[in-house]
Amino acid sequence: MWEYTDKVRKYFTDPVNVGEVEKPDGVGEVGSLACGDALRLTFKLDDQGKIEDARFQTFGCASAIASSSALTEMIKGKTLDEAAKVTNRDIADFLGGLPPEKMHCSVMGEQALQAAIRNYQGLEPLPSEEGEVICECFGVTDQEIERVARGNNLHTVEEITNYTKAGGGCGKCVDKIEALLAKIWSQPAPQAAAPAPPKKKLTNIQKMKLIEETLEREVRPALKADGGDIELIDIAGDVVQVSLRGRCAACAASQATLGQFVQTKLREFVSDELIVEEVRP
Amino acid sequence: MSHQHVVYLDNNATTRTAPEVVAAMLPFFGEHYGNPSSMHTFGGAVKAHIDQARQQVADLLGCLAEEVIFTSCGTESDNAAIMSTLRSFPGKRHVVTTRVEHPAVLNFCQDLAGRGYEVTFLPVDRQGNLDLDQVAEAIREDTAIVSVMWANNETGVVFPVTEIAQMARAKGALFHTDAVQAVGKVPTKLSETAIDLLSLSGHKLHTPKGVGVLYVRKGTPFVPYVMGGHQEHGRRAGTENVPYIVGLGRACQLAGERMLEENTRVKALRDRLEKGLLQVEATMVNGDPARRLPNTSSVSFEYVEGESILLMLSDLGICASSGSACTSGSLEPSHVLRAMGVPFTAAHGSIRFSLSYYTTQEEVDYVLKHLPPIIERLRKISPFWARQQARACATPGYVQP
Repeated sequence: MWEYTDKVRKYFTDPVNVGEVEKPDGVGEVGSLACGDALRLTFKLDDQGKIEDARFQTFGCASAIASSSALTEMIKGKTLDEAAKVTNRDIADFLGGLPPEKMHCSVMGEQALQAAIRNYQGLEPLPSEEGEVICECFGVTDQEIERVARGNNLHTVEEITNYTKAGGGCGKCVDKIEALLAKIWSQPAPQAAAPAPPKKKLTNIQKMKLIEETLEREVRPALKADGGDIELIDIAGDVVQVSLRGRCAACAASQATLGQFVQTKLREFVSDELIVEEVRP
Repeated sequence: MSHQHVVYLDNNATTRTAPEVVAAMLPFFGEHYGNPSSMHTFGGAVKAHIDQARQQVADLLGCLAEEVIFTSCGTESDNAAIMSTLRSFPGKRHVVTTRVEHPAVLNFCQDLAGRGYEVTFLPVDRQGNLDLDQVAEAIREDTAIVSVMWANNETGVVFPVTEIAQMARAKGALFHTDAVQAVGKVPTKLSETAIDLLSLSGHKLHTPKGVGVLYVRKGTPFVPYVMGGHQEHGRRAGTENVPYIVGLGRACQLAGERMLEENTRVKALRDRLEKGLLQVEATMVNGDPARRLPNTSSVSFEYVEGESILLMLSDLGICASSGSACTSGSLEPSHVLRAMGVPFTAAHGSIRFSLSYYTTQEEVDYVLKHLPPIIERLRKISPFWARQQARACATPGYVQP
């Protein structure tokens, strides 16, 4: 049983600002079903440039729902510059604290907010694919770990796991995280970074690699769980040809599976332009 | 939470103590404090009660009283069974177990794998069943022990342990089964099987926590790992935990008397609960319905997360468990559901209900009344549910599952 504050329980049992803002100015999505929690944040600005309305949809535990709801309350009435300063610690503090193992829920809130603001600015969600992936189970990069470690003064692997989930899956990356922490704390903090530049256009090789990784990580496990499989046949420009195997191939709904699921995933992780086509083996 | 009635449907985690068991235990917290090993009549009188308890356990298991060793818990029994066997056969360095064992076996075996032993972790299929051909293939000449649980704590799936025990014996390996969930629900006539070692736990049988049993077939080599006095025929030293042993004896007697009811009335209640919950759309049962304990139901509510469900149930006084990542503290969903290949959409939203002799229809109906609105509420918050619905609507000819 987790020790939740009364405020966490209140925002979980009776969350405010559930749903989606109509015609949002900014949309931020982080997390995934596989990871066990995900948050979609939408906001709308008034004519003064302040956040007039903010709403959330969350899949996750009580603290994830409470953190999301709290976040929407906290940013309403703020300008984007003010909102951008809200950190995961602010969210946790607003809720009267979170159990250490649940701090990643507040981090998810901060990430969704940053992603939504970037979306408003016409930028890619979060530059999460920049840097080296340290934790493959949860797709956490060294840059993400460094940002959260510095922002929250974290020094142990356990704390990193509590805040980012990195190291909480198979545990193979624990040594890497340890080494990374040693490196982070032996160097001075980097200069306050200017707003990150828009994501560079991917080279063809980068795109192919990213498509392969996304299929492997996001798509194949889900299909395999249902007795099917997917194979990448070709990439021509923005058209990704795939072939379905096993149960998926025989499934009448396979077209829908592809069009929606695979394409959504590839667009989410690689490029909005991609089109998925099925090739019969 | 004391302001409301508790609907306790988490009996695979632990059970309510039976009043009869507590009554049997009480004198041994008070006037009967003697040491059963003493020469005087005052202590010796206590020994008679331990002997009686040992017989009561043996009657339930279908074995000899001398084959029953009292331990502190199921985990101790599991550890002792495997450790003893490895010490008895130092030349055999291979162990066979399954991917869905309780941590008391799984973590012990994972530790062994890091100490120079070779361990085969057998997979299960989507229904949670083992492939017996695969089991037979896995057992080798150098296999010291095969440890396969009798029934799974998360899904209730029952493994054909008597057949697997035969396979182990044919290859000269000992067979151990963690029967913590099965005892009292599945008939266990051990004398007619090839099972060499079996673990049971008192607190799953309406005894308070702190007592277990390791069954060791007569003639099976056994090396104790708690050493000291001559208690339990020198196989498990330490002055006996008399009240708990007496309580466990009484509990085993009750379990024998109630086994039929577990498999009829309790099973019917479980089925009623499950049938009702499956009315909620995008819901599925985990584990082979044809080979399950009568009291267990693992149900997945897709696109919602288990901890949230549990917390809302808890506010209504309903106690259950979840295989979701958030409840385990490990950040990953249940190893059992993952081994079965349950999709993430469902694993995170899995809820285990485990009933007992004390469960009533009123309680089941209370859950059926309150749980569907909770799922609906959480799905309204979930971004995936909205997307799933949109997708469903956009697909021509789509029929709700």
